[in-house]
This record gives sequence, structure tokens and C-alpha cells, in this order.
Amino acid sequence: MIHQLSVFIENKSGALLQILSLLKEAGIQLVATNIVDTMDYGICRIIATRPRLALTILQEAGMSANLNEVFAIQLDNRPGSAADAIAAFAQEGVGIIYLYSFLLGGKGVLIFRTDNTERAQQIIAENHLQAIDEEQLQELA
Amino acid sequence: MSRDEMRELQGRRLHKVVDYVYHNVPFYRNKLQQMGLEPDDIKTIDDIRLLPFTTKQDLRDNYPYGLQAAPQSEIVRVHASSGTTGNPTIVGYTHKDIGVWSECMARCLTAYGITRADTFSVAYGYGLFTGGLGAHYGVENLGATAVPASTGNTEKHVRLIRDLGITGLACTPSYALHLAETMEKMGVTKDDIRLRVGAFGAEPWTEDMRCEIESRLGLQGYNLYGLSEIMGPCVSYECQCKHGSHICEDHFFPEIINPDTLEPVPMGTVGELVFTTLTKEGMPLLRYRTRDLCTLMEGECECGRTAVRMGRILGRSDDMLIIRGINVFPSQVESVILSTEEFEPHYQLVIDRVDNLDRLTVRVELRNEFMTDLLPDLAALERKLSEKLKSVLSIRAKVQLLPQGTLERSQGKSKRVIDNRKL
Repeated sequence: MIHQLSVFIENKSGALLQILSLLKEAGIQLVATNIVDTMDYGICRIIATRPRLALTILQEAGMSANLNEVFAIQLDNRPGSAADAIAAFAQEGVGIIYLYSFLLGGKGVLIFRTDNTERAQQIIAENHLQAIDEEQLQELA
Repeated sequence: MSRDEMRELQGRRLHKVVDYVYHNVPFYRNKLQQMGLEPDDIKTIDDIRLLPFTTKQDLRDNYPYGLQAAPQSEIVRVHASSGTTGNPTIVGYTHKDIGVWSECMARCLTAYGITRADTFSVAYGYGLFTGGLGAHYGVENLGATAVPASTGNTEKHVRLIRDLGITGLACTPSYALHLAETMEKMGVTKDDIRLRVGAFGAEPWTEDMRCEIESRLGLQGYNLYGLSEIMGPCVSYECQCKHGSHICEDHFFPEIINPDTLEPVPMGTVGELVFTTLTKEGMPLLRYRTRDLCTLMEGECECGRTAVRMGRILGRSDDMLIIRGINVFPSQVESVILSTEEFEPHYQLVIDRVDNLDRLTVRVELRNEFMTDLLPDLAALERKLSEKLKSVLSIRAKVQLLPQGTLERSQGKSKRVIDNRKL
């Protein structure tokens, strides 16, 4: 599993830039971001190099941010690879709470959280899905 | 009734009520004894200045029944209004109190020109709030037909106004505008309805609002004033001259004071309105500080009434807000937020008027340690706070989450409230 930053983001112009500028100044690189929003606010989810440092920097700047673990799975860059991976969870009745994906070094990466972490880990092992950790993610980048 | 006769009556009633509370309310007995006063020291209405004031804080300190004078067996109803920090104010009424209330309310309606022939709908909230039941009993007492429409379901109310030929309406002025808007959306024009009298109160309103309501609903709009601590709607009313509200001063004796020095100010000068209940049995109050700022006027009205009149409410001498006719204190919101660990003790209240209805937004900061990657968890937090606020304030508030540290810290209390309503 890998660390993901979640930052509370107000629905006003400049809010996202403020977060990104702080990370830039600290020389932290984004690997992926994903924003979920309501009418008034959102959560900016970030996969970055040095997540712990990023958390400290954001919190010191007065932002509401936290760090949690999410699954990262590497996929072959071919049609249907994501569907095959998700099918394994669906068959076992494990729900995906949220998911986002990106391409890195020619490989597809799925980032997601499930409603049953323990069972999801078993499914990944049973189906030989290629879970990656932070070190492997760095290598891809 | 001549002024002399009125003052004589008030003096007699004041002596009686002071004697009554002295013997039935330990709070007042202690106060009077500390001041070296005996009931017999109060002989005329002018002696009222010797008496102690009563504040909302006193009601709160004696929650729930500490200031009640009548035994519980004599109390036939209670109403409750919001307190400054959590505890509501409980007001108990005896059978006779309900009678006086209905009588005074019928007096208001008569002044507006309502008779037994009218059908009158009450669109104040029915419940702990005094507006609904207070106005309702007055309509029945007068013998007109009461339609207990209450608030909400505005379209149905418009249909009733049209189909039943309703001629009179009591509600908040902002609800009257909302009603007008709903009517227009439904394609009902003022020629389709027979409304001719509106009794508006429970929140401050302006002459401009009166003109707008009158022209859109095709009625004459009159002020109706009251507060639950003293009775409820019926304390004062405008007559058809619309030149100040006549106070039912045979039951509620008015004074106007400087809120800082507590000294009386001359007639015609803006000050804080103070009421003494002259005939109440359930919870009589001596010199209750309403915190409402206005003027008092003496002299015979063109309508022939000689009772003292009060001008429009110009503001408050405390930080109380009136939202959708309900009293809201910022400190109530504060106490809810302080009791909820997920939020910082900083907040801001924003009041807007959308489609003529007040909307309260409470802006709060989420504490860092409660930040999460799950949006539903944040939405649940909003809902939790919103529900808590609803139970304390009796009105719905929209909760707006902010990141920790967003609201400015060093400001005084005034910045905690942003009132965007144009009044």
C-alpha cells in the first residue's frame, strides 16, 4: 500500500494553487492528484514523493490535511486490464469507495480504497495482482 | 378611558402584582427585601421606578420554573423561547392568562378591522413558539373563522386563501413576501383572492417592506408586536392610522430606558423597551428588559385610542438575531460548536435572505486531526452539526466546513455575524 495525502480544499479560486505551491517550494513532486468536490468544498487527494514531509509542510501552513494508506496496483498497458482487476473485487463483493488512475513509465496505475482492506489484500494475492509500494512507485517515476 | 383613569388602574394592578410575586416568587421576594422594599411601598404606577429590573439572564438562571408564581396545578400551557446559551425560556400560563392573551389578541384584530365575518389564517409556526397559538386563540375569541395554516406548504396555503376567500392573515413579514412570490409562481393574482388585512410581526420590518407586501397581496399590513416572556403576540398593535403600535397597557406597562444607565429616557427618544406584566398569574415579570430599541409616544391617536404607542423596533441592545421570526443568539451557536470536538471554537454566522426567506449559514473550521480522505465522512460531520444546531436553535442552519485557521482570530464579536439582509 502507499501513502495518500488528503487536503481540505475550499471552493474558491487559488485554493488548489496554494497547496501545489507549497509542495513545489519543498521540492516535492506530484505523482497523481484527484479532487472530489461538493458545492462548498472538496478533498484534494495527492500521491507525492515524500508524503510525510508533504503532510508536515501543509499542516504547518495551516491546512487541514491527513495521510492514509491506499492500494496501488500496476497494470499492463492494454485494453481491459483495469476491468480484469476490478472484476476480482466485484466477484468477492468488496466495494471500491473511490478510485483514480494514471499512466506512469508506460504502466497503468490504479489507486483505490475499498470497504474491506483485509479481504482486498487477500484478493490481490489470490489473483496475482501487482500491488506496488512507495519504493516501486518511485522506480516507475 | 382617560389617562388618569388608566394610570389609576395601572397603579392598582401594579400594587397587586408586586404583592403577588412577593409572596409567591422567592426570586422577587429576595430582590425586594435586599432593596428594603415591601409591597405596600408601591402605591401608584410612578412607584414602578423603585422596582428591580428582570433580564433574560434571570430567566435562564431560574430555569425552568423558578420565576413561576402560580402553582403547577394552575398552569394550563407552557411555551418556550430560545435562551442565550442552551436553556430555553419556559413561560407557564394559567387559564386566566390564556384568556387575557386571547382578549388582547382579539383587540389587535379588531383594530385591524377584523370581525366575526372574516376568515383569518394564522401562518406563524404552531408549537412552542407563541406566534401560532397566540394569534389563533385571538381569532377564535373574536369569533372570526380561524385557519391554522402554520408555516410551510405554502402552495396549499395559497389555494386555501383563494378557495376559502380568506380575508385576514397573520405571519412574519418575510413569509408574507414568500407567500406573494409563491402566489405569482402559481399564476394566482391578487384579484383572485380576497385578503384585505395582514398582521405582521415576530421580526423587524421596514416601511418599504410594508409597501411591497401591501401592493403584492392587495391588503393593508399592520404591525403586531409581542414577546413570549411577556405574553406572546398581542402586546401592541397598529390601528388603521399606522402611526405607532398601541400597547395593551392595562396589561403590559411600558417604560423606555437608557440601556447603559437604566434611567428612563423622555418620550420620543430611542431607548430600550421595558415591560411589567400587570395582570399575569403564571409568570408575572417586573420591569422585564426586552432589549428591543424603539421610542414611545403619548397622546391621543387619530383613531381615538389613548393608549401609549411604540414606534418600530429599530434594533437590539444585545447581539440577538431574529431569523425567520425565531430568536437566535450567537452564544447558542458557540455552545453547540464548543461541545463538538471535531470543530475549532471559531465560527461565523452569515444570514442571507433568499426568495424572501432568511437563511442562516454557520461557517465552522474542521480540526486538522479530523481531516479524512472520505467525503461522506465530512458530509456526515456537517449533518451532525446541523442537526445539533436545529435542536438548539429551532431553525435549520446550513453548515459550511472550512479548513482549520481560515477565520480571522483577532476580531471582536461583531465580525462573527454577517447579516446580509437589507432591512
